[in-house]
Formats: sequence, structure tokens, C-alpha cells
Amino acid sequence: MAGEVKTKLSKNLLRMKFMQRGLDLQTKKQLEEEEKKIISEEHWYLDVPDLKEKESCIIEERSFLQCEDLVYGRMSFKGFNPEIEKLMIKMNSKCKEEEIEEDDKMEADVSDEEMARRYETLVGTIGKKFLRKRDQRVLKDDDEDDEVEEGKSNTRPNKRAKKMFLKPQD
Amino acid sequence: MAAERGAAAEALVGQVVLPGDLLLLPAHYDEDAEGERLRLSAGTAPQGQLLCGPGLRRSGAGLLVTKCGLLRHRPAGGGAYWVDSQQKRYVPVKGDHVIGIVTAKAGDVFRLDVGGSEPASLSYLAFEGATKRNRPNVQVGDLIYGQFVVANKDMEPEMVCIDSSGKSSGMGIIGQDGFLFKVSLGLIRKLLAPKCEIIQELSQLYPFELVLGMNGRIWVKAKTVQQTLIIVNILEACEYMTAQQRKQALAKLSGN
Repeated sequence: MAGEVKTKLSKNLLRMKFMQRGLDLQTKKQLEEEEKKIISEEHWYLDVPDLKEKESCIIEERSFLQCEDLVYGRMSFKGFNPEIEKLMIKMNSKCKEEEIEEDDKMEADVSDEEMARRYETLVGTIGKKFLRKRDQRVLKDDDEDDEVEEGKSNTRPNKRAKKMFLKPQD
Repeated sequence: MAAERGAAAEALVGQVVLPGDLLLLPAHYDEDAEGERLRLSAGTAPQGQLLCGPGLRRSGAGLLVTKCGLLRHRPAGGGAYWVDSQQKRYVPVKGDHVIGIVTAKAGDVFRLDVGGSEPASLSYLAFEGATKRNRPNVQVGDLIYGQFVVANKDMEPEMVCIDSSGKSSGMGIIGQDGFLFKVSLGLIRKLLAPKCEIIQELSQLYPFELVLGMNGRIWVKAKTVQQTLIIVNILEACEYMTAQQRKQALAKLSGN
């Protein structure tokens, strides 16, 4: 009997967060939509078609500053007021900064080929500095191999000799 | 009266236009022809929006001229058209740097006369390094170089002496001595052009300091009173002198 009768919970209770954790997404969406419907029916609105604002490409401007390129108004000449002269340079260079960005890149002092050559060797020499000890030894052996190919270095045969077992002579 | 058909804006650049003239713009600015706007035009279509400067108004088919003067055009940055007109009466515009004369102190605010229809207001906190305890030392009758932060026909204009980053960058109280006089607005714009010959020639004469306000006011200071007055006279007269007459006058002066 207890299982048949389910106590009816109020809508407000069902809307509370802890009751909604167990719900599916669908039921959640339904509840949200119902809430929105209630709100939108209460709101007043004008029954008038939307006025589409035409996108205008023309901006109206009353200031000459935007149209013409005008210099800063405070000026000083021949060192009458050194602070103002510094200010003049600062303010007028702000306008010219935009021009400088457009300038083409300057001529390079070093040609691209030379740069590539230098860089090749540079990478090698500085790279060696950061090798670990083992790698350094390998590098050394490689270098020796490259340089002295004909006559094998003394260490090699000695090492081989050491590795083999020397039979004691009777 | 039948409406006059407008002429193309590009054709009239550099010529005199009168109020009521209608300037037609190329098709890609036309609001009504929305479908045509996407059509690629044969010529280079400037990107961005067209700036309609002082003396021009936007009207359905193009731009309507409201002041008489020469039509100017700047092709860079989306293009701009404006009318280069002459007037003596200044109308406050936002962003303009002007010289104002302090006429009254009203509590926390100074009233400045900028030559417009209303006195502008300047708060005492709008100076660099000003706090409630550290007030700027401004007296009635002082000259102030500042810029407009609010300037429209419905409200009283407001000025400040700092820029958007909080630095004064040359604005504030203009020092002692010197001479303030008024010229027409067109001359100010001519003097503020990037490479103005008048300024370059004057700078060869004597060391002096100059502040130009967009409201037509110029403040000059040189070492002696005589030098200051010479510079003032040249600046006032150079509006109506040809380049040659000006050079002659200056040659006479540097000879003296």
C-alpha cells in the first residue's frame, strides 16, 4: 500500500537543484522551456516588425583632427624651452611610427649565404660545449678516425690484446 | 524647385563647393543599392568606412555640403572627404586642443572661456598628479592648454588637461608672460600642417615658444617684448601675404 500512493511533490520543490540532479537532459530541457514560456507570456512586447538598420559605410565626423594630419600644438624653437622641444620630438614621432612600419626592410650588412655558412660552423662549435662526457669521447674517436685513417692508433691493438686471454707459457 | 542632380565627389576635389551641393559617391558606398554593394568594382575599392568630415552631411544618395569652401579628399585609411572652410567663430569639438582663459572658480570646477557659445568646465582633478589634497595652483586669468572630452550642442563642454593614460603631455597651465592673440581657424590649421613653411621660416629668426589652440588662439613668448611683438605681427599678417611677400618681410627683419 505504501508503494502505490506516491506523494505528489510541488512544482517548486521539483525545480530545486537537488531534485534535478537525477533527471535526464530531456526532462531538464522541458522544465526550462516551460519556465521560459511562463516568463515570456508575462512580458509585454510591441507587435511591430523589426526595423532593419541599414549598414552604413559613412561615418560623420566634426573634427579636423581625424581628417588632416596635424602636428602637436605646443612648439618651441632654438632651445627656448627644452622640455617642450623633447615633447615635440616625442609627439611627432608617434605619428611617424606608423610610417616607419611600412618601410621596406633595410639592406642587410651580411649576405644570406655568409650567414648560412657562419651559422653552420657556429652550431657545431657551441653544440660541442654542451655534450655529455660519453658523447664527447665518441666525438673525439670519430675525429681521430677521420684524421688518422691509415695508421691505426696504438690504443686499439693494445685494447684488443688486453681483452684476449693470455695463455700462460709453460 | 527640382532637386539638382549631384556631381561625383571625386570630380570636385580641390574645387569650391557651396551649401546644398550634392556629392555622389561610388556605388559601393550607396546604402540603397545593397545588392550592388557586393559587386566587385573595376577600380580599387577602399576598404573600411568613409569619413565624412566637417562641412559635409550624410544624405540618402551621397554627401550634402553644408559649408562653402574647398573640397578635400584623403584616400588613405578608408577615405575621407571634408570641406576646407574659413571661419573665425569656434565651435567646440571633442578631442581638440584649445587654449582657455580661466574666468571663474566654482567649487571644484574652473570655468574657462574657449571662444565658444558657452564657457567650458575643467575639474581640478583633471591635471597630472592632482589629488583632493594636492590641488593645482590655478588663478582667475590664467591660460590653460587642454583638450575637450565632452563637446556637443546639448551639453556644456568639458575639458581636461591629461590624456587617456593620465599623463599631461604638454597640457596644463601655460606659463608666465607671453602674448595671446586671436586669428582665424583656417590659419591655425595651416600652421599646424606637417611641414608649414611659415613656422619653419620663423624658427630661423629667434628662439621662441609657441602654443596653438584650435579655437583660433595663439600664445607666443620670446626673450624680449620686441621680439614677441614681431612674431605676433608676422603671424597675424601671414594669412593674407603671399610666400614671396613673407620672405621679403622676414629678410628685412633678419637684416635688422
